[in-house]
Amino acid sequence: MSENRSVITLAHLTKEKIEYLLQMAAEFEKHPNRKILDGKVVATLFFEPSTRTRLSFETAANRLGARVIGFADPKITSGTKGESLKDTIKMVSNYADVIVMRHYLEGAARYASEVTSIPIINAGDGSNQHPSQTMLDLYSIYKTQKTLYNLNIHLVGDLKYGRTVHSLLMAMRHFNPTFHFIAPKELEMPTEYKMYCHNNNIKFKEYKEFSEDTISNADILYMTRVQKERFTDLMEYERVKDLYILNNSMLGKAKENLKILHPLPRINEIAADVDDNPHAYYFQQAQNGLYARQALICDVLNITLQDIINDKTILS
Amino acid sequence: MKKQLLVSALENGTVIDHIPCDKTMDIVNLLKIYETDTTAMIGYNLDSKKMGKKTIIKIADKFFTDDELNQLSVIAPDVSLCIIKDFEVVEKKQVIMPSELANLVKCANPKCITNNEPMKTLFHVINSEQGIIKCHYCEKEQNLADVKIK
Repeated sequence: MSENRSVITLAHLTKEKIEYLLQMAAEFEKHPNRKILDGKVVATLFFEPSTRTRLSFETAANRLGARVIGFADPKITSGTKGESLKDTIKMVSNYADVIVMRHYLEGAARYASEVTSIPIINAGDGSNQHPSQTMLDLYSIYKTQKTLYNLNIHLVGDLKYGRTVHSLLMAMRHFNPTFHFIAPKELEMPTEYKMYCHNNNIKFKEYKEFSEDTISNADILYMTRVQKERFTDLMEYERVKDLYILNNSMLGKAKENLKILHPLPRINEIAADVDDNPHAYYFQQAQNGLYARQALICDVLNITLQDIINDKTILS
Repeated sequence: MKKQLLVSALENGTVIDHIPCDKTMDIVNLLKIYETDTTAMIGYNLDSKKMGKKTIIKIADKFFTDDELNQLSVIAPDVSLCIIKDFEVVEKKQVIMPSELANLVKCANPKCITNNEPMKTLFHVINSEQGIIKCHYCEKEQNLADVKIK
């Protein structure tokens, strides 16, 4: 079966397509409440629990007038009875116009997109891809910096297992960024992504030390959580989990336009005293997820930017 | 001369030479030689100037497609192939690594969907000389030396 309009990864999107989707998100930010998806059914299949991603997608669909079906807890599905992913996807395809799915296995969304003719939106497949997170990150960068071009982007923390930083790195390749990788040796950026930078002429520097000076030239400071569930060696987790913590006192030399992003949930890698600093942007970033996801849902359903601009279903 | 004495000549068919002995059964399985209804001869542990010891497989009245033969590059990239007609070698071939490996090898990533669902695997060849392949599904790059034949 040929691939449909599914969103499995953003890695292959053109610069024009990324900019197009960001324009769509901006339109939804102006008017998030509409009936443009009236009569559509969006299925959210969460084979792995993820409350905030699911709520964001479901809110995106509900605010556009779609109806939402699905499950939030894999324990209630037939998967526990041994049903294959293919069968579950084919069954749900009879009911829904689009499937938003999260799965604990890597490649699950790609496979799902090959066994159905309705579009799949990947809401995370194991440690592989999470394109809607990347889209909201791009939108947050664009919104706060007024451009995606020529930015200094500092990625901090878990650069080895953190899929959001890998996806962001690939999506930014069109925009001449300079990346700064700040991580302990155990969690440094994997060689394959450094090779990707070389092959795509992306400039990067690496640091072991996380300090006021290291981040003084940053436009974007992207903090990540050291995720316990990605470690097979819990001793290693205990050793590195507290090494890269951002405090308010470290922002004294920050550029005026600096914004601090974080995919959330945070544990302790951003101290609470940063929350009230005007550089902090992680809560607004999460809100941007709503508009980015509205754009993705509409795009896979063949609704164009022009349709959204000319939309007569906007609610006050 | 010795080779001809040990494994008799073919009138028509395919000869696969210079197979590393430890890859013999992998080649037999890959080409499903046990399913052919013509004569097949496997010469195992034959002396070879180039390799020390080698295996030769001769299959009578059987001509594989290039796609089928190129699959061998996954297991034994240095095998040589001869197509025989009327006891004469009419064509010599080397195997070429295809750009995609369809349902040939298993993904080394235990968290890949292909290892948890009844489905076919697919890999994209990233660097044929270094044997680097990338799973179409989980997108993990891996070395051919680390993956198992499906």
